[in-house]
Amino acid sequence: MIEVQQITKRYGQHTALDRVSFSVAKGEVLAFLGPNGAGKTTTMRILTCFMPATEGIARVAGFDCADQPMEVKRRIGYLPETPPVYQELTVTEYLQFVGRLRGLSGKVLTASIQREIERLGLGTVQRRLIGNLSRGYRQRVGLAQALLHDPPILILDEPTVGLDPKQIIEIRELIKNLAGTHSVILSTHILPEATAVCQRVVIISGGRIVAEDTPEQLSARLRQSEKISLILKTPAADTHSRLKALRGVQNVFTSGDSGTFLLECELGRDVREEVARVAVTSGWGLLELKAISMTLEDVFLQLTRHEEGLAPDSVAASVESTGQPV
Amino acid sequence: MTPVQAIIAKELRSYFVSPVVYVVGAVFLLIVGLLAYLYLVFAGAQAIQLMQVQGSAQLNLNDLVFRNLFASMRFILLIILPILTMRLFAEERKLRTFEFLLTSPIGINEIVAGKFMSVFLVFLSLLGLTGLMPLMLALFSDFDWYPVLTGYLGLVLLGALFLSVGVLASALTENQIVAAFVSIGLLLVLWLLSGLGALLGDTVLGQAVSYLSFMEHYDHLVRGLVDTKDLVYFLSSLALMLFLSHRVVDSARWK
Repeated sequence: MIEVQQITKRYGQHTALDRVSFSVAKGEVLAFLGPNGAGKTTTMRILTCFMPATEGIARVAGFDCADQPMEVKRRIGYLPETPPVYQELTVTEYLQFVGRLRGLSGKVLTASIQREIERLGLGTVQRRLIGNLSRGYRQRVGLAQALLHDPPILILDEPTVGLDPKQIIEIRELIKNLAGTHSVILSTHILPEATAVCQRVVIISGGRIVAEDTPEQLSARLRQSEKISLILKTPAADTHSRLKALRGVQNVFTSGDSGTFLLECELGRDVREEVARVAVTSGWGLLELKAISMTLEDVFLQLTRHEEGLAPDSVAASVESTGQPV
Repeated sequence: MTPVQAIIAKELRSYFVSPVVYVVGAVFLLIVGLLAYLYLVFAGAQAIQLMQVQGSAQLNLNDLVFRNLFASMRFILLIILPILTMRLFAEERKLRTFEFLLTSPIGINEIVAGKFMSVFLVFLSLLGLTGLMPLMLALFSDFDWYPVLTGYLGLVLLGALFLSVGVLASALTENQIVAAFVSIGLLLVLWLLSGLGALLGDTVLGQAVSYLSFMEHYDHLVRGLVDTKDLVYFLSSLALMLFLSHRVVDSARWK
């Protein structure tokens, strides 16, 4: 449904997107992950025909965004970063306006508005001015707007921002239900969200796609081995080699002489007990011993920090920073 | 309801929900009413003087009241119409609804047309209310309706031009105050061009510069002269301003 080939977007000297390619099949939900300024919003703006790409081709539902923007716009429901609501209108008036802009009228319009009001739980506020609604309600009105004409393609820029946890779960359920019949691209900072609702994740950083896979495979890709972090108070000179000699340990990384070690072990083999015993009997002063599980969060941080991804020193660097809140 | 009608309806709703239209409308009607009263009292005083000197006097309301009033209204419109237009695009940009409008399946010309029509309708209704004044005067005195009607035609055309300049200024910025000042500035420049034209005298350049100003075209209509040349001026400059607005809105996407 969506096909992006080698898209580049430059703002003057600044390159916001650098040869980005990806595609979304019908009924698929794709998450766009990336730090602020990575190019997520720019990509979405190109797909919704708000701005043209400097180079490259973007096709939505078989129509080129540059040549046939009207056809593309008709098939897209778009929720920008800030919900595009008019404060001086009531929820119903606003949805009527949106529907009319998209060519809905009469009974179809009324039915569509009713459907979205029910779907997003806006029943109690439908006659209130949007300006008086809370951030969460405005976000839901924004979603209702995107869904109103039942478009085959949805582009949602951070759809769950400003919602409370219960609403977040509801919206995720809603997106999951849309999958299958609708193609959805959503961007998010919240990694569990991507794991929860998406079949595929695209991690974008500095205008480039650094990884693209299913959430499970992305974490598996970086978790080719179990990792254990070890902090010793008084490591000996032979600590490194003795740790490496333990059964199941494949690799040992140290970071300077701070006593911090990272052990890479065979998959499915827990060497913590053994390591603890050796550390205690050798009098290394065991301070900390823990298994590192690679969540999508770690994958994301690593990929966006080090674009090359899996260099061993980058893993060691991330061990150093595990003590800091991320 | 077509998309243009939807935009007009929405904009009208926004206008009448906000206090702007009421405040601007009240000030406009108050000033016009006050001016009309002053010109009328002044005309009355002149008539009494003439009576004392000549023994009889024919009060010419067209010359003493309406022409002065129409001349003054140029300035009132120049001040108040930019206040009405300033929000049209600037607010959309500020509140991030601009992106929503441009990703809706409607053309930019429909957006510009809808926004212009909505504020034009507001202006027409305000202008319509000032029509009470000649109607009242017609009850008590006798005057020539024709120049009054052409004067109103002039006001409609002049208002449309001012509003289109305001739409353009509003498309240029996301700050409403800036939009209002830019349009007041542009309109004052257009106004002063007539002075510059007069300074250059009866040369080709002088005539060309005077032609660019709305002053002489509006004056003709106020004096009861309906010339195709003047209508062409108003309609073509209106079209040009709306076209420029279209270009500005379109180019905002590229940045």
